[in-house]
Formats: sequence, C-alpha cells, structure tokens
Amino acid sequence: MNSVIFPRGRLLLWGGGLALAIALPLLFKSGFMVSLLCQMGIMVVFALSYNMLLGQTGLLSFGHAVYYGLGAFITMHTLNLIGKDGSPLLVALLPLVGGLAGMLAGVVLGYVTTKKAGTTFAMISLGIGELVAACALMFPGFFGGEGGVSGNRVIGKESFLGFTWGPQVEMYGLIVLWAFLATVAMFALTQTPLGRMANAVRDNPERAEFVGYDTQRVRYLMLILSGLFAGIAGGLTALNYEIVTAETLNAHTSGVVLLMTFVGGIGFFYGPIIGAILITVMQIVIGGLTHAWLLYFGLFFLFMVLMAPGGIASLIAVQHKLWQAGLLGRMLPHYLATALPTLVLLAGLVGLIEMGYALLAGEGVGAGDTATKVMGMEMQLNAPGPWAAALGVAALGLALTRWIGGRTRVAWNATLSTLHGDKA
Amino acid sequence: MEFVVISLLNGITYGLLLFMLSSGLTLIFSMMGILNFAHASFYMLGAYFAYQISTWIGFWPGLLVAPLLVGAVGAAVERYGLRRAHRFGHVAELLFTFGLAFLVEEIVHLIWGKVAVDYRIPEELDGTLFSLFDTDFPIYKGFMMLISVGMLVALYALLTRTRIGLIIQAALTKPDMVEALGHNVPRIFMLVFGGGTALAGLAGVIGGNAFVTEPGMAAAVGSIVFVVVVVGGLGSLGGAFVASLLIGCIQTFSVAMTLSITDVFAVVGIALPEGSQVARLTITQLAPVLPYMLMVAILIFRPRGLMGARES
Repeated sequence: MNSVIFPRGRLLLWGGGLALAIALPLLFKSGFMVSLLCQMGIMVVFALSYNMLLGQTGLLSFGHAVYYGLGAFITMHTLNLIGKDGSPLLVALLPLVGGLAGMLAGVVLGYVTTKKAGTTFAMISLGIGELVAACALMFPGFFGGEGGVSGNRVIGKESFLGFTWGPQVEMYGLIVLWAFLATVAMFALTQTPLGRMANAVRDNPERAEFVGYDTQRVRYLMLILSGLFAGIAGGLTALNYEIVTAETLNAHTSGVVLLMTFVGGIGFFYGPIIGAILITVMQIVIGGLTHAWLLYFGLFFLFMVLMAPGGIASLIAVQHKLWQAGLLGRMLPHYLATALPTLVLLAGLVGLIEMGYALLAGEGVGAGDTATKVMGMEMQLNAPGPWAAALGVAALGLALTRWIGGRTRVAWNATLSTLHGDKA
Repeated sequence: MEFVVISLLNGITYGLLLFMLSSGLTLIFSMMGILNFAHASFYMLGAYFAYQISTWIGFWPGLLVAPLLVGAVGAAVERYGLRRAHRFGHVAELLFTFGLAFLVEEIVHLIWGKVAVDYRIPEELDGTLFSLFDTDFPIYKGFMMLISVGMLVALYALLTRTRIGLIIQAALTKPDMVEALGHNVPRIFMLVFGGGTALAGLAGVIGGNAFVTEPGMAAAVGSIVFVVVVVGGLGSLGGAFVASLLIGCIQTFSVAMTLSITDVFAVVGIALPEGSQVARLTITQLAPVLPYMLMVAILIFRPRGLMGARES
C-alpha cells in the first residue's frame, strides 16, 4: 500500500523539493531573496488549495480570497489576543487557527455556494466574494478599515528551540514547514476516496450520482477542506507581513490566485506550485523593473489560455512523454530554432510597450520632449527613430516566428503522430 | 413624496443604463453559453473612445462612432480570441474574457493614464429639463432615458421584426439546425458579440460623462451587471430588463436613505441592543452590499432567476 502511494521516485522528488526549499536561503542570503521565498511558499499553499476546487472538483471560484483573507484576519486577531502571555510555540501553531477559520467560513458559505456547480457556482462565489469584501469596509472594528490590522509575531520571553520567529529566515523556516505539511496533506487527499470522487463529480456528475454519491456533498466537503488550506495560507501571510488589510480578501486576490493556478496547470497536482512560484517571481522581479508588469502579465495569461490551456505543467508532461519515447532529441533543435525569433519578437514588443509607458504614463505631459531613459537607454521619444526601430524589430521577429514556427509545428505534429503511433 | 419621485426617476435612468449593458451580456450568454467577464471593459472603452472623439470633433459624432468602434473591437475579439478559446471548453473561454478585462484596464492605464479624464456633458444638454418640488431634473438624464428607450425599442424590433433577428433567435436555441439551413452560424455569433459590445460601448458613451470616466469604472459596474443578469435569470432579456430597473432603484433609494438598522427594526417593533456595530449601520452604508445580498438570496431560493427559463 505504502509503496503505491509513496513510490521511491515520488519520495525522492518530495525530499528533493524540501531540501531545495531549505537550501535556498542558505545560498542566497539577501533579505530580498528570503522575503521573495516566503511569499512563494505562502502562494504555493494558496494556489494548491484553489486547485482543489478548480482542478480536482471542477469548481471555478471567483471568491477564493474570502477564505484566505478571513484566515489571515482571525490569525492576526488571535495573535494580538494571546499577546504577552504567549510563547513562540503558540505562534508557530497559529496558522492552524487561520486554517480552522477558513474551514468554518467554508462550512457556512460553502453550504450556499456548492448547491450548484458550473456557471452558477462561479457566479455565487463572485457574489459572496464581493459581499465579504464590501463587509470588510463596513466593519472597521474587525477588519481595521483602510489601515488594516497589524501585530507583532515575536511574543513571550523565552524562545522555542532557539526560535523566536523574529528574523525573516526563521519565519521562512516556519513557512516551509507549514507549506510542506499542507502540500503533503493535499496530495494525500487526492489519493483518498473523497479525492477520487471529487474527480468523478468534476468529470461526470450524473454518473457519480447514479453510483450513489451525493455530488453536492462531495463539492461541499471539498470546499470546506479547500477553505482549511486557504486559511492556513492566510495565517502564514498574517504572520509573515505582520499586517492584514482588507485587500487580502478582495476580488483582486481571488483573481491572482486563479491566474496563478491556471498558468501553472490545473490538470496536474504540481501545476499550481509552478504557477505560484513563477507568478510570484514575475510579480516581484519584473514588477520591480517596469511599471508595465501587469500589462505583460495580462498578455502572458491570454497567450497561455489560447496556446497552452493545460498550463505549464501540461507542457512539461508532454516533454516528459517525448523524452520517455526517445523523441525529445528530435524536437530540441526545433525548440531552439523557434526560441531565437521569439526573443526578437519579444524584444520589439517590449521596446514598444516600454516606450509607450515612458511617453504616456510616465512623467506627465511633455515626457517625450527631452531625452527619456527607457530600459537604461537615453531616447528621444518624440522623434520617429526609436519607434521605427522597435516596430522594425517586432515586425522582423513576427515574420521570423511565423516562418520558423510553422516549420516547428510541422515537426511537432510529425513527432506527436510518431509518439501516438508507437503506442497503438 | 419628493424623495420618492426623484429617486424613482434617478433609479429608472440608472436602471435603463444597466439594461443596455445587461442586454448585450444576456444575448451573448444565451448564444454562446459564456458569461463575458470583459463586458464592462467594453463599456469603459466606449466612454474613453467617446472622450477622445469629443476632444477632436465633438460629442455628437462620438455618440455614433464610439459604439461602432467598440463593436468592431468586440467582433475582432470574438473572431480571433474567443473562437480559438472555445475549442478548449467553457472554462478557457471564461478565463479568456477574465484575462481580457485585466488587459483592457492596463491598456487604458497606458493610453489615458490612471486618473479620471475630463469627459463632459455637451453644452446643449447641460441644463434643467424641469423642476419637481424644488429639485431640478437635468436635461442630460432625460437624454439618457431617451437613448436607452430608443435603443430598447430598436433592439426589440431588430430581434422580432427582421429576418436577421429571426435567424439570431433560431441560432440561440438550435445552432446546428440553423447551420444546416445554410446560415453561417459563426458569423452570427461574431455579429451578436459585436452588437452586444457595441451596446455596452453606447452605454459607456452616455454613462461616462454622467458619472466619471476612469480606469476603475469597468470593475465598479462589471459586478453589478453580473448581479443584474443572474437576478433576472441567465439568458432572459425580459428578466434582465426587470432586474436592471430593480437594481437601479435599489441602488439610488438605498444611497439616499439615512435610516439605520435600529430604525428599521424599530418600525417592525423590535428594539435592537444599543451600541453594536451592526445596529448602527445606516442603509446608505449598506448600499454597496444590497445588490449582492439580493443576488445570493435569489440564487438560494430561485436559482433560475426572476424570469429565467433554464436551470443552469
């Protein structure tokens, strides 16, 4: 039994992941890197909890931030409540309080939302999400109004095994611990009868009902459990930032977790992990480089929806299959050949967007009159020169991408048919 | 009395504007089975296009040109985006429109900046239409009503009295049969999507200067329009109409009411304990939540909406 659920390869992968998570802050000691890693760990749990709904049960939710946010607020209030009487051990257990809060919210709200699946569920979750977000501004006593609720995670006099959670690195350790436990629990859940039934309810609710299962009950249970893990993620956020604002439970947060999960790939357990890590890095690294990051993010998301609806995880899975069939070597030169013109196209587009931003959203009226700094280069933005150059690069990239991309597509189709031909 | 009449007039004006948005959304939903998350983004585009045109050649040409432009953008989105996403199923389509809403907001940021633009009511329409109990009713609100009702009649006539309207109605329920009869159903889809977004654009043109034209306007109106469509019943034009007026009136009445929850309960004869935060809330403070509460209540007690036929 154990060997089925935990075969050696999987154990190795999990152990490797954990070891990497622990080793990273030792390799990169900068504070920026550690806080980036903390954010990643939290988002991984949040995205995985979201995928319990979208990927495993087929419930598209537009209000998942409710459970995350409520978990964060309850954790923060509990932290402030235990105050000076607490100990670092109690603080370490606080995410569980957040989880229970998220679970309780799931018990109450899920009863309403999970009566129906599909579009109706999506709509009710949106409505409930807006409702709770609006309530947050109506009750400043609990939600702290515009300023939010803040606290201090270092409490008590003595430390717990040497930890006070004060330094960011210690907080990172706590996040890794909770994230790992939550991930293992969520993976184990996919192997239980409930997890399997959730898949059945997603794929064919009518048939699941004929077999004798109550689909509404399965959806309800999955939502409650998903609320639990979202609440844990929320509790970790509260401890990590030591402040919780109403923004944690609004539609924007719900949207971001949906995008993360989808980009990573909803069809695979590890998809949301990839998505959460990638989007967090993009958010913080690209967001620090350019004002236009949301525009790039939107374009990237639309590109993924149209070109790779299975997300990054599905792309990896296909490559893995090709590799197993010994066909990956045939495709690699084509990938490399496509990458070059794509980079040219990207360079052109980025140039256009950045110049546009510098000119229009930049220093206000007349921003283009003098030389403006764009991507480290001084440019005269009211002259046609830079624009023509960027447009030329983009056009060249587009033409090359279409030409070489077409050849890659032909090779791709041929390889795929070989792959499927081998199977048959 | 004065309060009731004025609020009712304002409510109907706002409700009619909401119907311009929800009618397009409903038509698109009943035809393609997807809720267009980006619908309010087209409303915003309408307002910004009209603003841009009004700074060049004036308001009146913008009234005609901006909706057409928005419709063209909508048709292009359907042709080159949605049709492709359709192959991957409903979730992909929904997410496509979700991402599109995101992108449109960013593009608006890029082109017109993050603060509100100065999109004004034209001078000819700036003034008082009539006075009721010392309150002036502006001409522009009358103009908005006129446009909305005119659009409504035109839409009704188009759908029930013309050949293309009959084909659209047939394609709503039996797309395969309509295709078998030799009509180009994908093109009809594109037309309906373009038409629906053009209506949203028109609502933006007349709503943008009545309220405020800023990048947040799509998000502000978008969720309300969803409430309207769900309350009215997904896919029901009549339901969308009733729900638009209902929500429009609820919004305007509740914003103007200063009663607190304690007062409301006192009317029924229940005295609430003093001091709690809930009891001190006024109806005005509750105003932003009321539409969502109505929506959740409807979804619990009557999931198909006020006039919806299908159980989704």
